[in-house]
Amino acid sequence: MTRLSGWGGMSAPAVERLSEDLEQITIGAALTRGLGRSYGDSSLPPPDNPTVAASPLADRLLAFDEHTGDLRAEAGYSMRDLMHRFLPRGWATPVTPGTQFVTLGGMVAADVHGKNHHKDGTIGRHIQNLRVRVGTGAVVTCSPSVEPELFWATVGGMGLTGHILEVTVRLVRVPSPWIIGFSRRIGDIDEFMVALKQAASEWPYTVGWLDCLSRGPHMGRGVLIAGRWATRDEAPAGFPKPPIKLAVPFVCPSWVMGHFVGRIVNEVIYRVHRKTAKLKIMNPEPFFYPLDAIANWNRLYGRRGFTQYQCVLPDSAGPDAVRNLMARLTKSGGASFLCVIKDCGDEGHGLLSWPRRGVSIALDMPVRDNTQQLVDDLNEFVVAHGGRVYLAKDAYTRPEHFRAMEPRLAAFEAVRRRWDPNGTIRSAQSIRLFGDRP
Amino acid sequence: MNAVVFGATKGIGRAVARELAERGDRLFLLGRHHDDLQRSATDLDVRCGRSAVAGSAACDLSDPATFAPALSAAKTALGEIDIIVVTAGEFGTQAALEADLPRAHALLAANFTNTVVFCEEARRYLLPRGGTLCVFSSVAGERGRKPVILYGAAKAGLTRYLEGLDHKFRSAGLKVVCVKPGFVKTSMTAGLKPPPFASTPEQVARIAVKAINRGTPVVYAPGIWRLVMLVIRLLPRGVMRKIVF
Repeated sequence: MTRLSGWGGMSAPAVERLSEDLEQITIGAALTRGLGRSYGDSSLPPPDNPTVAASPLADRLLAFDEHTGDLRAEAGYSMRDLMHRFLPRGWATPVTPGTQFVTLGGMVAADVHGKNHHKDGTIGRHIQNLRVRVGTGAVVTCSPSVEPELFWATVGGMGLTGHILEVTVRLVRVPSPWIIGFSRRIGDIDEFMVALKQAASEWPYTVGWLDCLSRGPHMGRGVLIAGRWATRDEAPAGFPKPPIKLAVPFVCPSWVMGHFVGRIVNEVIYRVHRKTAKLKIMNPEPFFYPLDAIANWNRLYGRRGFTQYQCVLPDSAGPDAVRNLMARLTKSGGASFLCVIKDCGDEGHGLLSWPRRGVSIALDMPVRDNTQQLVDDLNEFVVAHGGRVYLAKDAYTRPEHFRAMEPRLAAFEAVRRRWDPNGTIRSAQSIRLFGDRP
Repeated sequence: MNAVVFGATKGIGRAVARELAERGDRLFLLGRHHDDLQRSATDLDVRCGRSAVAGSAACDLSDPATFAPALSAAKTALGEIDIIVVTAGEFGTQAALEADLPRAHALLAANFTNTVVFCEEARRYLLPRGGTLCVFSSVAGERGRKPVILYGAAKAGLTRYLEGLDHKFRSAGLKVVCVKPGFVKTSMTAGLKPPPFASTPEQVARIAVKAINRGTPVVYAPGIWRLVMLVIRLLPRGVMRKIVF
């Protein structure tokens, strides 16, 4: 038996079924897995049924409607191919996460969000139709109007309501394949909150990179990034060239992502950005997927790997909550290079859809002896302020914290049980957090 | 160009069909199952935003009686055929084949005898006006190696056949391209641990299409395997008996 790993390095014994025929390989499988970009244990199987259906070879396009933009594809179809194929034809995905190495099925399961969440919501809002193999073995078609309960439990349901076989997503028309955007320095966390709010009213895509190693008056300094699709007049002739790709060829020693290197990198990133905004034309690939420029960047974190802590704090928690969370993060010193802040829009209809109106903070942390303690502390804070963590990133949350964060869990579980009375579809994560039988 | 792809619904064949469709070729797809062929035809049309596939026909490598009608249907649909690509093939690990003689027999028949019979049929369509026959052999056929004795033997035979075909018919206008991939991550090799230099169907397809354009008689995919296999071919028998590779 081989082992499968989440992107952060957590692994489990697994029997991976790899085939173009996703419908066939999902029969009896505990879980379906796409490109393995969820950070924690969401795509790892339970110990008693280690069978995982791997979807990436099920990547055929089944229909495209030039009038509505509805694209129907097998669930293993990747965001990378979608953007490469449809941008030159004037279409783009309505929502994309921070990597293009995700499948449509994985995007639906995590109900991913992107830089335009404040305006366009999660991917679930743009899904027209799903074909799902539910736990009883039956294949069911669902949509917001047909079997809506199953549909909205599957959107953001982490693959636990059934194996997603086909997805219909409504693409959006874009005026050009180029992005026009800007980035500028932000002095501290308070300025950041104001700047994000202001940018959100003017730009469809906004995000902030935070230097979470800076303390004191500079705590929460960083870079604000915003953009939109360039109009035809603004766009240069031709199609953006694929950017140069680097790769991390081997697993690095753990000091590579240590505090010292982190300080230097954060300082450099901060300094290379301008104090004032200047608009520039950009290739969408580095704009949406800056980390995809380095293949296997997860290897930088060494053998023990890393985890990403991503939580959303609702508006009701107040601006002080974000500042206090930042203070905890910087004090703990567990953080490293990547810390991202984003203002979220309204909650989606997915029963477990993660984002809600408020502020999302995500940070990568190398796994150390104190990682569990660190996550516990942050979770105590998040629970107290009515927030919740993102399951696609999570590997360390305790079930009691998760339950306190998710009053919606009972409703989700009720739908899940209806379609899978014997509890056949499970993941290592659902055993850890949902109370599934191990 | 008008191209026929045998094995177009899966793995390397799927990737080759996509590569050819994207550069503007008109395709005719051959494969085992009618529904699967339809689905792949739709995929290629939607990808290219045009009608890229002229048709498809059921063709089964284990059943030579299906070859002639399938190629005839391709000729009818395309008018003329410029390129025929054969990626269809079977795979089994040495252990699995040793334990199951009927399966070994079927694999040897499919990968050697029937593939050769298909090529004999195919060259009739290409010879009169010139064309390219691109067939996927394997680096496994380069040397008798412990992990791939049976599979490798069939591929070695296929490689020699393609070599002879090239020698005899090149001057008459038939370009024979023999592609020798190393380990490729497909459903055929699922469950096996990828060795160094493992590649994807897309990488192999790009190399194959370039070789079709140039009429290269033998191409390794990726190219590093030419060097690796040169070394393997030079190893003395005593060493080959000892190593597991």
